[in-house]
Amino acid sequence: MGFEKFLFYCFAAIALASAGMVISRRNPVHAVLWMVVTFVSGAALWILLEAEFLGIVLILVYVGAVMVLFLFVVMMLDVDIATLRACFIRYLPLGAAVALLMLGEIVWIVGPANFGLTHFPSPPAAGLDVNNTHDLGMSLYTTYVYPVELAAVLLLVAIVAAIRLTMRRRTDTKTIDPAVQSRVKKGPDRIRIVKMASVGPLETPETLAEAKDEPR
Amino acid sequence: MPFNSANLLPILPEIAILITAAVVLVVDLYLKEKDKGVNHVLALIGLLVAFVLTGLVGGGERVLAFDGNVVRDLMSDLLKAGALIVSALTLVYARPWLKDRNLLAGEFYVLSLCAVLGMLVMISANTFLTLYLGLELLALSLYALVAFDRDSKLGSEAAMKYFVLGALGSGLLLYGISMIYGATGSIELGAVARAVAEQGSGNKVLVFGVAFLVIGIGFKFGAVPFHMWVPDIYEGAPTPVAMFLGSAPKIAAFAMIVRLLVEGLNALHTDWQGMLAILAVLSIGLGNVAAIAQSNIKRMFGYSTISHVGFIFLGLLAGSTQGYASAMFYTLTYALMAAGAFGILTILSREGFDAQNLEDLKGLNERDPWYAAMMALLMFSAAGVPPTVGFMGKLLVLEAVVRVDMVWLALVAVFFSIIGAFYYLRVVKFIYFDQPTTAVPIVTTGGVRAAMTVNGLAILFLGLFPAALLGLCQAAFP
Repeated sequence: MGFEKFLFYCFAAIALASAGMVISRRNPVHAVLWMVVTFVSGAALWILLEAEFLGIVLILVYVGAVMVLFLFVVMMLDVDIATLRACFIRYLPLGAAVALLMLGEIVWIVGPANFGLTHFPSPPAAGLDVNNTHDLGMSLYTTYVYPVELAAVLLLVAIVAAIRLTMRRRTDTKTIDPAVQSRVKKGPDRIRIVKMASVGPLETPETLAEAKDEPR
Repeated sequence: MPFNSANLLPILPEIAILITAAVVLVVDLYLKEKDKGVNHVLALIGLLVAFVLTGLVGGGERVLAFDGNVVRDLMSDLLKAGALIVSALTLVYARPWLKDRNLLAGEFYVLSLCAVLGMLVMISANTFLTLYLGLELLALSLYALVAFDRDSKLGSEAAMKYFVLGALGSGLLLYGISMIYGATGSIELGAVARAVAEQGSGNKVLVFGVAFLVIGIGFKFGAVPFHMWVPDIYEGAPTPVAMFLGSAPKIAAFAMIVRLLVEGLNALHTDWQGMLAILAVLSIGLGNVAAIAQSNIKRMFGYSTISHVGFIFLGLLAGSTQGYASAMFYTLTYALMAAGAFGILTILSREGFDAQNLEDLKGLNERDPWYAAMMALLMFSAAGVPPTVGFMGKLLVLEAVVRVDMVWLALVAVFFSIIGAFYYLRVVKFIYFDQPTTAVPIVTTGGVRAAMTVNGLAILFLGLFPAALLGLCQAAFP
């Protein structure tokens, strides 16, 4: 068993174990952190497959940005896990049966009988002169330029939809519009002079109490 | 490899739609609340330009562009034209409804145009990747549109259901695609077709992949037993959105099924024929029977859609060019019919009132005889009564099925269609033989009336003279 194979089994085992932890943790923050472990070992597997760029992007984008955002959301939202898990045990037998059936079918189809090394011999290792990032960029912006543009439109739609569904003009906020603030005039907007009578009956607690006691 | 600008020709309609969406997005920022109608005009102009461009670049030999990612053939020309016309009709019907409810925002038009763009991309997709991106573009826009009325609880619930089930359907579709990619080594449909023809159904992986593809397609079409979302979404979505998502996307879904199953996996026809037969029989049966029990007309249309999807599958599973052409004819005319039927509901609605119960149609003839006549035509067509186009569509599909010796399927379809005729004719009875429940007059704009007139009369005209459209459909499947 070569060293690469050893590494593959190590990272594959870590990925499987941490994925199991993701779905079995009670604390959602722990689950998200285990998901980070899953992604990192997945990235390691990709790098073993000589897809260095994808592996690094997985860590930069998913671990660095998406999972951090996820963590924020999980910490901010008060998700009641207990109610979400209430039916877990009840549906476990049925779910497990379906999952096992699917697993059996998938192993039967995707197993070595159809996808073994005899059908797909492993390609020779690429030399040092092969630039993964360069090749990926070349094919993305030539052969696959149309799908790339479509993906861009898809992101635009996501932005429009998110803004439409969540942005509301609230009338009860206390924010101040600086544009209005700077247009304030010296006279009527800033100071208002109120005329008050300069003399009148002296008001002390005693006189007030007397005034209250007097029958009307 | 230098870029050849001839690549841009086949996607000119898509470019026009995208530019219109971007223009609306920017112009909307500078519009005052009372000028929001400008968005509507811009969107219609964009659809018209795309329609003209489809005609200009259309016709002639099949063209591949963008390294095989895009295909332009007679089928894509016809389906694009159909999707654009139906989308334009729905936008015209939608405007008064949205205006009455302060929902006439620019985002509605941006999202609708992006959905149309997704449809066009799906229609002329030639790789699994392009097809999937088009599908997601369409679906994402529709999810947002269903939740467009933010204060409606029913709308948010419907959007959530649609989103979850749509994601599940996409997942299954992708899993099937990954299997087929594994077995054939390509995502380009032409290469897939060649590889599949070599291996045949002896390859388990291919058959496994086809099963997942058909399930994914079933989810997207809303065929039984993957139909659960349809009635809920039709009921919960705002009426114009239900109208939009019930009409033109069916044309795109038809393109998807033809590209995947007929162009990509034709060699596995015997495998997917059986799966489609099950879906078709269940859809026609359950759709028609469950529709009878509905008192909400939007829900009823939901079940009616399910039964019509069954008919489209019937034409496809025949596997003959005649079957494909008849299914295409059926899809195009069904989209037109669905747009019109929902259009009547938007016309009957007014500020603070949504027409969505069967009772709301009572005595329509006394309130507005012309709209009553149009609705009656649409319902007769949905039921398949001659001389409307619904009859021609059903006849052509059944003929194709009988020609390939599947008489029992045709008999089942006819039997359930007769059951289905009941609830369509009940609507006609409400319109003509019942007293109106309200005296509020029906107020519509000239544009809506003109669009509804064209829509209703097209149903009659295409039924009387189906040869032209049918000829186009047959030319698409040589």
